[in-house]
Amino acid sequence: MLLDIDNLAIDLPSPDGPRRVVYDVSYSLEAGESLGVVGESGSGKTMSALALMGLLPEGAAVSGALRFEGEDVTRFGEAEMQKLRGDRIAMIFQEPMTALNPLHRIGAQVAEPLILHRGLPKAKAWAEAVKLLDRVKLRDPERMAHAYPFALSGGERQRAMIAMALSCGPKLIIADEPTTALDVTVQARILDLLATLGAQSNMAMLLVSHDLAVIARHCRRVLVMYGGTIMESGPVDAVLRNALHPYTRALLEARPRHGAPRGERLRAIAGSAPPASAKPTGCPFAGRCPMTIDACRVTPLPTVELEHGHRVRCLRVDAEGRLK
Amino acid sequence: MSAVVGKTRGRFSASLTLGLALVALLLAAAALSLVWTPYPPGAIDIPHKLLTPSAAHWLGTDALGRDVVSEILAGARVSILVGVIAVGIGLVFGVLLGLLAAAAKGIVEDAIMKLCDFTFAFPALLSAIMLTATYGAGVVNAIVAIGIYNVPIFAKLTRATANGVLAREFTLAARAAGRGPIAIAFDHVLPNIAPQLIVQATIQFAIAILAEAALSYLGLGAQPPQASWGRMLSDAQNWMYVAPRLAVFPGLAVALSVLGLNLLGDGLRDALDPRLRARR
Repeated sequence: MLLDIDNLAIDLPSPDGPRRVVYDVSYSLEAGESLGVVGESGSGKTMSALALMGLLPEGAAVSGALRFEGEDVTRFGEAEMQKLRGDRIAMIFQEPMTALNPLHRIGAQVAEPLILHRGLPKAKAWAEAVKLLDRVKLRDPERMAHAYPFALSGGERQRAMIAMALSCGPKLIIADEPTTALDVTVQARILDLLATLGAQSNMAMLLVSHDLAVIARHCRRVLVMYGGTIMESGPVDAVLRNALHPYTRALLEARPRHGAPRGERLRAIAGSAPPASAKPTGCPFAGRCPMTIDACRVTPLPTVELEHGHRVRCLRVDAEGRLK
Repeated sequence: MSAVVGKTRGRFSASLTLGLALVALLLAAAALSLVWTPYPPGAIDIPHKLLTPSAAHWLGTDALGRDVVSEILAGARVSILVGVIAVGIGLVFGVLLGLLAAAAKGIVEDAIMKLCDFTFAFPALLSAIMLTATYGAGVVNAIVAIGIYNVPIFAKLTRATANGVLAREFTLAARAAGRGPIAIAFDHVLPNIAPQLIVQATIQFAIAILAEAALSYLGLGAQPPQASWGRMLSDAQNWMYVAPRLAVFPGLAVALSVLGLNLLGDGLRDALDPRLRARR
């Protein structure tokens, strides 16, 4: 077991006291496995990823256990966390345009973790960085290493970010919406590259996205998050083909369909996500769910275990995976 | 035609060029005074007092027969000394405190910023007078007083601009790569706020020159026989109606230096601003 998250909850400070933005989140990840986390803005998907890196905003409180290679990282001090970050766990950010320092050369930024974690001398780290840039299939890596970020396109910068994240051969890579800021054609190529490189070095990947298609293509398992907690999880095939949770179904229906009749309206989910301050005792989706019954609003979420590790957290789904 | 327009809007704007020229003149005057002045600065020559400008004394002599050109050249030295050291004190301590405040956040940040506000509450000249009154008049104490006044200015500027840089994703990415807060402050934040600091430094340099002149005018800065523009103004005051030129020349020297530094600051601000640079 590479990563084992048990009952994670995150409270962020706010003017009205702590706000619970993530709760009741448990999942695990084997070495080399790819897991997609899907959900809309404010569903807690980015926060649960940042918690793994110890990069939550100032004043955030984490409870539960985040075991990485058997060690609970929530107990780590800042110094231990720094050793972990960029070495065994790496992260790729959403905005390649802003995630690179505009004043440092690409090569120096890619070499940074190598100098930091491997203690390589500068010249050697630089040579290593050029090799990494070649591995992420940047054209003319020697020249790229000497370039400043402004001279690169968005896709090239994201490749450089990937090179930086891969530099120390991490066991786990967290990709937080890594392609949201890129063109569709570039998106696919970047994700394919990540998947190939991940498979080569048995690296596990946590892919955070709001795009079901991206996750369906690149992950074996998926977590669907809403309102700070997990709604449904399991193998991608099972969850997407046989979606049981009304929220997952609504998400699937909200996607634009290929070949849909002209003029057909996209189906939106009625209502809007509940404010994070008002955490219900029952299901967070109850206010927008077409299948809500009174019990949904007051009963804590049950977990229904189905075959192949498919889990649904809905009161209206019975143990055979049928709607009650 | 468009090339000409482009050029005047470019890095070497009119204010930058004029500012550079005036500051170069100030530096040249100070450098020249180290090796050559028409007469030894501070040399009293009572028989030749209050002479009008002539070939022997280009700007005349003062009430004690000291050559005005020599005094002004030597005075430039004091002005630059005060500016460099006072701004240096402000930069070193201010930037360190500002970076610490931005990186540490929380109580440390609050404490540093409250301390800055506290220092700001005293008018600069007043605290300088207090310091020189307590520890004695002289250039060194004047420099320290002006330097202390510079510290909160740089601390506040550093904190504000550093927080802007820290809010950008690349500092989070640097943390995700395993870098510590101190390394990030010096490696990622400082280079990104350097332009603002450089611009502020030229402006504080001008303010330091003015402050030194004011302190010396009040008799709290440079002491005779040390040459200083402020001290010259103070001496000239008694002869305002007999020889007003004695006040005009050092006054002009102060005014041109301050103007030059302010123009330089303005020009640098434009030249270093990436948004304006992109338009070039």
